[in-house]
Amino acid sequence: MAVLQTERPVRRPPARTSHRRQFTGRTALVLLAFMLPAIVFVALFTYYPLLNGIQMAFRNYNLNDLSDTSWVGLKNFRTLLHDDMFRGTVKNSVVWVVGSLVPQFLIGFAMALWLRRKFRFRGTYQALVFFPWAVSGFLIGILFRWMFNGEFGVVNDLLMKAHLIDTPVPWLADAKYAMVAVIVANVWYGVTFFAIMILAALQSVPDELYEAAAIDGAGKVRTLFGITIPSIRTTLALTVLLRVIWIFNSPELIFGMTGGGPANATHTVTSYMIQVTQEGDYGRASAMGVMVVFVLILFAIFYLLAIRPRTPRTTARKVAG
Amino acid sequence: MIRSETLAGRIARFGGLGICLLFTVFPLYWILVTSFKAPGTIFAYPLKYWPGDFSLDNYRGLFSQSNFAVFLVNSLIVSTVAAALSTVISLLSAYVLARFEFVSKGAVMGAFLVTQMIPGFIALGSLYILMTKLYLVDSRWGLVLVYVAVSIPLCTVMLRGFFENVPASLEEAAMVDGCSRLSALFRVLVPVMTPGLAASYIFNFVNCWNELFLSVTLLNSDNNKTIPAALNGFISSYNIDWGSMSAAAVLSIVPTMVLFAFASRYIVEGLTAGAVKE
Repeated sequence: MAVLQTERPVRRPPARTSHRRQFTGRTALVLLAFMLPAIVFVALFTYYPLLNGIQMAFRNYNLNDLSDTSWVGLKNFRTLLHDDMFRGTVKNSVVWVVGSLVPQFLIGFAMALWLRRKFRFRGTYQALVFFPWAVSGFLIGILFRWMFNGEFGVVNDLLMKAHLIDTPVPWLADAKYAMVAVIVANVWYGVTFFAIMILAALQSVPDELYEAAAIDGAGKVRTLFGITIPSIRTTLALTVLLRVIWIFNSPELIFGMTGGGPANATHTVTSYMIQVTQEGDYGRASAMGVMVVFVLILFAIFYLLAIRPRTPRTTARKVAG
Repeated sequence: MIRSETLAGRIARFGGLGICLLFTVFPLYWILVTSFKAPGTIFAYPLKYWPGDFSLDNYRGLFSQSNFAVFLVNSLIVSTVAAALSTVISLLSAYVLARFEFVSKGAVMGAFLVTQMIPGFIALGSLYILMTKLYLVDSRWGLVLVYVAVSIPLCTVMLRGFFENVPASLEEAAMVDGCSRLSALFRVLVPVMTPGLAASYIFNFVNCWNELFLSVTLLNSDNNKTIPAALNGFISSYNIDWGSMSAAAVLSIVPTMVLFAFASRYIVEGLTAGAVKE
């Protein structure tokens, strides 16, 4: 849940209420007093451990042996790059992110298009499909661990009833299938978010554009690619970016569902990092964290450069042309 | 939408929405059904999609074989207190950030936003060391302090948005009438902002209730554990007792779901506030 947080602050309308006031020294003191608790809490319990954690990445810092906590430069990073286990988790992370993102995006987009038109109980429907958000990733892992149980799992039962499989599949015991199972669970979790973001964006597209398209005789597909997608591309792009970061950064679901197994087949970089933290090797775990942040920042920069609008073309012209 | 809908389109749409609804609701239904099955029938084949004979054995077992009541109370205390504290603290800081211009304002906002971008678990190890030094490891109150700190940045940003929808003349009038700034804030602004405050509170509460890694790292004795930390304990034990586990899952999901049902409108509003304005 923690990461529902990430997307909030990103796109707000600019602050309107900035009353430039001349305030006296006394007012300034009062305001400082108002700000102080927030600043103290965040500084002490968020920033201090964060910065301290980053410097540990360059130290030999293992809770099991604290006799030598010297500065070792990039040693932790080198160790990781030569660690087959770590390289495996990098590969898994990519599969996990892409495999979760694409279905979430497509199903979420479809849902948003379907939800555009008003119908009775639309509000109730939206509230119902919003429910996964109230559940923690960890519990979702547990839920799906039970459903994907090889012997008593409901997934096998349903698939067999539908004659899609003949014998039960050992979903979570077989490295081949485990990743599929965790991705299905993650899609369950994330679809609504896409649907809601895209629906909100869709509702801001002016009807005149659709009228113009209808007059031009544009078909459904053409309208979708000529009007709908260009009009909401900023939201689409930002939602995808935030999702990538979020999916990458949340090991809770995997933690609850497979614990990274079987045979590390579902261990991602972040779930591995949690494991190393729990083993006490803070130096190596921090190095992983620093790499994650570094890679995500690089990704965000390249992504934002790639999606920025090249030529200022209006959507109307695209349709007419 | 302008274009009128064909019958086929209508069928496709409601069909699609129906499938999505089934997909969303089924896992929750399944864990609920499992939790009400008698221990024997959980592993009976063929699977029963309707429990038939409702049994509360799993719930009884959960409370008699583990300290689940204690975990439940711990989670309640920690989440209630942390959400309340962070909402109040954020209210104060959001007020200042929404209403006044000062030199370091951008820096403060930036510092708050950065905490949302960086994965918190980089700090996990050194947070543990810090809490050891403060003698706050394995303490519910220690966990509360950390949760408050984690909740503040986002809660502040959220509440700042709500403040911006309230005209400043409101509290100015109250102050002209002789209210102090603090009493103007609490007597005049807070009542107006109740929906926003409630949404922030619920959001913080649900986040704290669901939080896993901090609670697992910082709590270890059975008397202090919250539900996620306890569930993690159930999972690491060799054989999972799926009956009790599903009962525990239901008990930990229901409160947050009820709260979300109340606040989801505002939370969705908050989520999409920026996105709507393309």
